[in-house]
Parts: sequence; structure tokens; C-alpha cells
Amino acid sequence: MSNSPRTDGIAPDRLPKETLAQNFSDLHPPLAPHEAHVAADRCYFCHDAPCMTACPTSIDIPLFIRQIATGTPEAAAKTILEQNILGGMCARVCPTETLCEEVCVREVAEGKPVEIGRLQRYATDTLMASNTHPFDRAAPTGKTVAVVGAGPAGLSCAHRLAMKGHDVVVFDAKAKPGGLNEYGIASYKSTNDFAQAEVDWLLRIGGIRIETGKALGADLSLDQLKAEYDAVFLGMGLAGVNALGLPGDDKTNAVDAVDFIADLRQAGDLAALPVGRDVVVIGGGMTAVDAAVQSKLLGAERVTIAYRRGADRMAASEYERELATSKGVTILTNVQPVALHGNGAVAEVEFEYTTDEGGRLTGTGETFRIKADQCFRAIGQSLTGAPEGLTLTGGKIAVEEAGRTGLDGVWAGGDCASGGDDLTVTAVAEGRDAAEDIHATLMGE
Amino acid sequence: MADLTSDFLGIKSPNPFWLASAPPTDKEYNVRRAYEAGWGGVVWKTLGEEGPPVVNVNGPRYGAIWGADRRLLGLNNIELITDRDLYRNLEEMTRVKKDYPDHALIASIMVPCEEESWKKILPLVEETGADGIELNFGCPHGMSERGMGSAVGQVPEYIQMVTEWCKKYYSKPVIVKLTPNITDIRKPATAAKLGGADAVSLINTINSITHVDLDLMAPEPTIDGKGSHGGYCGPAVKPIALSMVSEIARNPETQGLPISGIGGVTTWRDAAEFMVLGCGNVQVCTAAMTYGFKVVQEMISGLSQWMDEKGYTSTSDFVGKAVPNVTDWQYLNLEYVTKAKIDQDACIQCGRCYAACEDTSHQAIAMSEDRVFTVKDEECVACNLCVNVCPVEDCITMVQMEKGAIDPRTGREVGDYANWTTHPNNPGAVKAAE
Repeated sequence: MSNSPRTDGIAPDRLPKETLAQNFSDLHPPLAPHEAHVAADRCYFCHDAPCMTACPTSIDIPLFIRQIATGTPEAAAKTILEQNILGGMCARVCPTETLCEEVCVREVAEGKPVEIGRLQRYATDTLMASNTHPFDRAAPTGKTVAVVGAGPAGLSCAHRLAMKGHDVVVFDAKAKPGGLNEYGIASYKSTNDFAQAEVDWLLRIGGIRIETGKALGADLSLDQLKAEYDAVFLGMGLAGVNALGLPGDDKTNAVDAVDFIADLRQAGDLAALPVGRDVVVIGGGMTAVDAAVQSKLLGAERVTIAYRRGADRMAASEYERELATSKGVTILTNVQPVALHGNGAVAEVEFEYTTDEGGRLTGTGETFRIKADQCFRAIGQSLTGAPEGLTLTGGKIAVEEAGRTGLDGVWAGGDCASGGDDLTVTAVAEGRDAAEDIHATLMGE
Repeated sequence: MADLTSDFLGIKSPNPFWLASAPPTDKEYNVRRAYEAGWGGVVWKTLGEEGPPVVNVNGPRYGAIWGADRRLLGLNNIELITDRDLYRNLEEMTRVKKDYPDHALIASIMVPCEEESWKKILPLVEETGADGIELNFGCPHGMSERGMGSAVGQVPEYIQMVTEWCKKYYSKPVIVKLTPNITDIRKPATAAKLGGADAVSLINTINSITHVDLDLMAPEPTIDGKGSHGGYCGPAVKPIALSMVSEIARNPETQGLPISGIGGVTTWRDAAEFMVLGCGNVQVCTAAMTYGFKVVQEMISGLSQWMDEKGYTSTSDFVGKAVPNVTDWQYLNLEYVTKAKIDQDACIQCGRCYAACEDTSHQAIAMSEDRVFTVKDEECVACNLCVNVCPVEDCITMVQMEKGAIDPRTGREVGDYANWTTHPNNPGAVKAAE
């Protein structure tokens, strides 16, 4: 350790290796078998369970928890994976506190929900550790489908299509499959290279080929895919990053949070990863929290999240915000950036206080500056390079039910498509539902 | 503070909590620890005849069933009576009784069904100074194959015969311990009374197999791939024991016969329930085996608190107090009409009441789109299943309909007490004078 949190500027190696290892270990360690049994026993097996309704993939949660309680976590995993083939990742990254666990009757009654997320992980981990894949392919249909994007939506769609007997080719612009599961999630939520392990496991269904380093618009065209395949599913996510559009936006060390998060996920040695002494993150969503918390865990001395509206409007859940503050991140609300100052590199970010009355954001005129040798932009991503011929709405591909775009033979889902909450679990549901619709269409049902 | 001292058959003990004859009372070391921990009395582990003692298996002796957090709910055992020399046991009993004169010490005995055997052992037991004897006519495993234990307890004539021998050759109280592995518990209890027993104690353990190992295809506990039924005890058997105790307490033939209650007593409340059904005291085993001797402290404090709250100054104030309310089904008031009522503020909307009622009962609970559950009085038969499956205590209650009100299910007015014996649907109904 050559540096410390108090080393000025952007520097690697701020914390001892052991501290780094601990900081980036599993946020929620897996449940041991006995813990799982006790946790499972708390489930009331509700009728028409609210948790199940709240799950975007409609997993039969009471059933899978009962299967855990009765000593068959593998059967529980199958119940989960039938609805959500990325149930392993969702168990790690789903904001359960705003989905299933929020509506758990025990949360309502006692403020202590059944630990659905951790139980789901227990089941899926058990199955994956047994090195088996619980689904078989149907007889070959002779149909081929192109999937663009090997993220949650694309993988979910591809698996369901392969299961139905279609041959699927998945194209992805990046070097590795997984999409945001691989590049966009805080490290402590997906340890031990889980995203790749899950992709490998998913591919065991057979009938899926992945081609990485192929981007739509550069290496592929929609017309070409339409011509060569019986159907196309677009799930390429949001590759663009929104700019601040402020004076000083171009200063060095003012970068996109998603890049920082991706670098962190791909880093072989966390000690080698540089981070500022004073880090400012602009934004209010999960990306902002992930970037801020990880900066702190890497050894930044002071990390501040600045959000222009009130805390209640932040996309990051209360749970995520508490996680951030518990790690020592400061969250400022009702402050909007007005300029980045510095001589070449950013040195300070200037903010203006705001009021947010009736949804109308107004600057008060009162400003202040925060020292920053690194500034992360986390104010949202956007769709780039959407193929021509597709209708866009709100900057995304307009889709109807089951992900149908206006174009014949072209479906879309995940973050690049309209609707949904830009969550992994939503993307999985959209990919799955599109696959069902593609199958029905191809088979003339 | 309430006085917990107990006088059972003239045997005094500081409280009504005795340890039952079982592994916890196997020897001097344990029994001294038990008294020190606060147990009022001890029934020493069953003595056998003079000579080479019985042997036990060298594999597992116990099997169990558990709740989710390994809470032990039921225990089964295949251990036999004492496997220590008779004289050693007698010496230890003598020493212990001398050192603990104010605590109850009872000798449990199981010898063959021959007068000579009993004639021989009883004077030896008398010499120890023990306060009484308990005849083990209950153990359902092992010894029963040799014509002892429950093999005797299942034949009322034998019970009476052996009890008579004991009264003949022993001067202090004789308690007959009954097996529940029988169809009508009143018969052996009556036989004990006819034989002159001072009391009965019940229940002994129930024939049971706790689990089957699905790999070995063998019952548990498994001894080298085989298993044998064991005797079941612990919290799971309490309801069976309570019923049997109540049968003896209210049976005209045995009414007034002192009872020592046994069967899953785990807390002060369990003990109180046995006692209000007619037990002068209780015997405990599984709770001690699960938690150690210290559990008696909770039983003592709990019973004291409850007695103080109720204004009972002595245990005799409430022993048997619930017996008059145990009756036959035919005397239950058919004009007692209740309806389930769901407290919407307490309801957590799990829907278990709905699933239970809709699928398995009377379709008497309605579920709205926003998960509000309400009782349909016109369908509710007041079965209580919703109350039983509701995870929130007191969320669903049974509310009695006033006399004169119309039951929306039957359209009938709620009337005065009337039972099956006079019901028009009863072919054998005794008609009121017309």
C-alpha cells in the first residue's frame, strides 16, 4: 500500500489488500442450509401471494420457498428458473426491497420481510453448484433467430427460444456476454465472476451461439439480420451516456459512472484501480450509488452524491441510499450542478440549491463548491444507433405487447425498449415474453 | 407469592414439578443436580430385578422430530430400564433421600409379572426410604417383548393383580404408570384403582417411528440398518395425554383417584393445564432432556405468577377445576352460534384464511380485489379453521350471536341451550314431554 485515502488527486492502492478484499466481498453472504430453513419457515405461503404479483417475472415465490423448507432447493430453483432464467443474478441484484419483499405480508406486519432474495439465491446457487441444467430443448424447429445484445433481455430471450427448439445466435458489441450483469453492477453484488458463470450455465441448454464484438450499426445491420434469420430480437440496452451540458463538462477526470463501474468489474487487481481523494457523483439512481459506494470502498476519502431533487424522488431505493450512507457516502439533495471548475482537470464542482415545488425544479441562486478531483456523471443512459425504420418513443424503441416493434419479424426488450423499469428482472421478463411471442409467430400458432 | 408446595398422596415436595422416570433420573449424580436445580421430586429410573442388568443398544437410542429452527417437538426412545446393578441404584437412592428429605423420591419398578419377583424387590426399595413406588406398566419397547412394561399395562387384570401384590408387600404409596397404547384408558385406570393403587400416572410413551431413512429404507433411530418402534414423548404428545387424563378424572369409576400428569409438559402453562384437568402434580422428562434441569425455574416462576394473578394460594385451589367442563359431544350446546370476525386492522392480508376456507371448508370468506378478507356470515359454520391458520393471534375471533338473533346461515333464531340428545334429527332423541 503506497497510498492512503488522504493521498491527493487520483491514485491507486489507497487501502491494504485485505481491506479491499473485504470491501468487495459479497454484500449479502449466501445463506447456510440451516439459515435457509429458518428463513423459509417464516413464509406464510400466502394465497395469491403479493410477492408473486410484485415480481416482474411472476416467480411462484411461496412455492419455491416451501420447496426450500422441505429440503428440495433444486426443485425450488427450477420453480424460479422456469419464470426467470437469470434468477441467480436477480437474486443478487434485484431491488427486492421495492419489489417482492416490500409487499411481503411480514414486511407489512412486522417490518421484517421473508428474505426472498437470499432464499432465491440459496436455491439457484444450490442448483448451479450441482452442475446441472434443469431444462431440455424441444425438437428442432429449423427456425433461426438473431438476438442483438447478450444482456439480461437477450439471454433470457435466447434461452427461451432455444428451449422451444429454435437455433439462436446472440450478437454483442462488447468482448464478453452478460451486458449490464457483466459490466454494470457493483462488484460486491456479483462476486466470483458470477455473471460469466451464469452465462455459461445458461448456454448449456444448447442451440445458442454467442458472437461478441459485433455491434448493430457497425458490424451488423437490421436489414441483414432480417434477411438471414426468421426473427430478430433487439436487446442491446442503452449504450449512450447523458451529458451534463455544463461549463467544464469536458474537464479531465469528469467521467461517466458506467465506465468506472465497468472498469471496476473488469479489474483484475482492485489495488491498481485509481480513485480520487474527493469524489463527487452527480445523479440519483442505482448507478450513482454503485459508483459512489465503490469509490469509497476503493479508498476515496470523501465521496458525495449530489442529486437535484429531494430524496423521495431518487431512483435509488431507500435501502440503496442507506447502504451508501452506511459506507460513509454523503448524499446531498436539492442541489444541481452548474459548473465544473479546474485547470485542465476538475478541481471543484459548483452547485446551486434548488426547490422542487409541484414537480417544477427551480434554482435558488445560492451556490457552493465541493472539492473534487474526480467527478462521475450518473444522470442516465440513452439509446444510441437505433436502426432506421423503428419507431422511437421517449428515446427508446417503441414496443407493443410482448415486445413487438412496428417492424414485422422484429421484437425488442430490455432497457432499449419502451416501458419497464430498467431493471435486470424486467429485462428478463421482456426477453422471455418476446421469445414466447416469436415462437408462437414462427410456428403459426 | 403463591405457595407451590405440593402434597401428593401425603408425599411432600417443594413444588409439583417432578422428573419422570427416564434417563435424567438414572443415577445419584443426575438426581442431586436435579434437586439442586429446583425440581420438587424425582421418579428414579426404573429398577429391574436383581442379577445381571438389562443391556441397551450401543447405537442411537433416540429419534426426534423438529420444527424449522431445530426446535425439538417430539422425541422417541428405545432405551430400556436401568442398565445398572440393582443394589447400586438402591444405595444411591438411600443416600440421596437422606440428603434431600424434603424432596420427593419415588422408585419406579419393573419386574416380571410374578408375585415372587415383587415380593423380593419391594422390601429392598422400602429400605431406601423412598417416598413411594411407581409401577412401570408403560414402556412400549423392548421390555414389553419380555412380558413387562406396556405388555402388563395393556391387560387390566394384570394391573390389578400386580398392584394388589405391591399394596401387600409395600407400605407406602403405590402409583401405577399407564401406557397410552390402549384403546380405552379408563380400563387400566379402573383396574389400578381396584388393585388398591394410591394414584395413577400417565401417559407413558406412545409407540412410534419418528422418521424413515429413505436411503437406508429403515426406521430411525437406525441400528445397523434396522429400527424398532420407540416410545414417543415431548410437546407433540401433550394433547393425547391431556385427553387421557381428563377421561380418568371424569370417569365415575375412577373419579377422585389421584393422578400424576405426564406427557409433553414443557412450560408452566402445560403443567397448569394438566393440573386443572385433575393432576395433583406433573412429571417432566423431554423438556429437561432438551434444555437441561434449569427449565424448572421458568415452570416455578410461571406457575407462581399465574396463581398470583388468579388469586390461587395453593395448587389444590385449582387442581381439577376444569374437569366439570369436559363433557361428551352430545351435551354440547347446539344453540351456541358463533361467527368468525376478522379484525381488519390486525389483518396482514396473507389470505391463508381464504385459501383454507375456500379450498377445504365452507367458502365462507370473501376476498376483494385489493385483498380485503371478510367473513360471509351466511356461509360461516364457525369451524374455527381460519382462526387456527391465521398467523396473527387474535386477528380472527369467534363472536357469539345473541340469543334471539337470526343465524343468516340457517335462518333460525338462536335459542336456549339445546343439545343433540333432544335434537329432532337424532333418532334416539329424548322428546320433551308433549
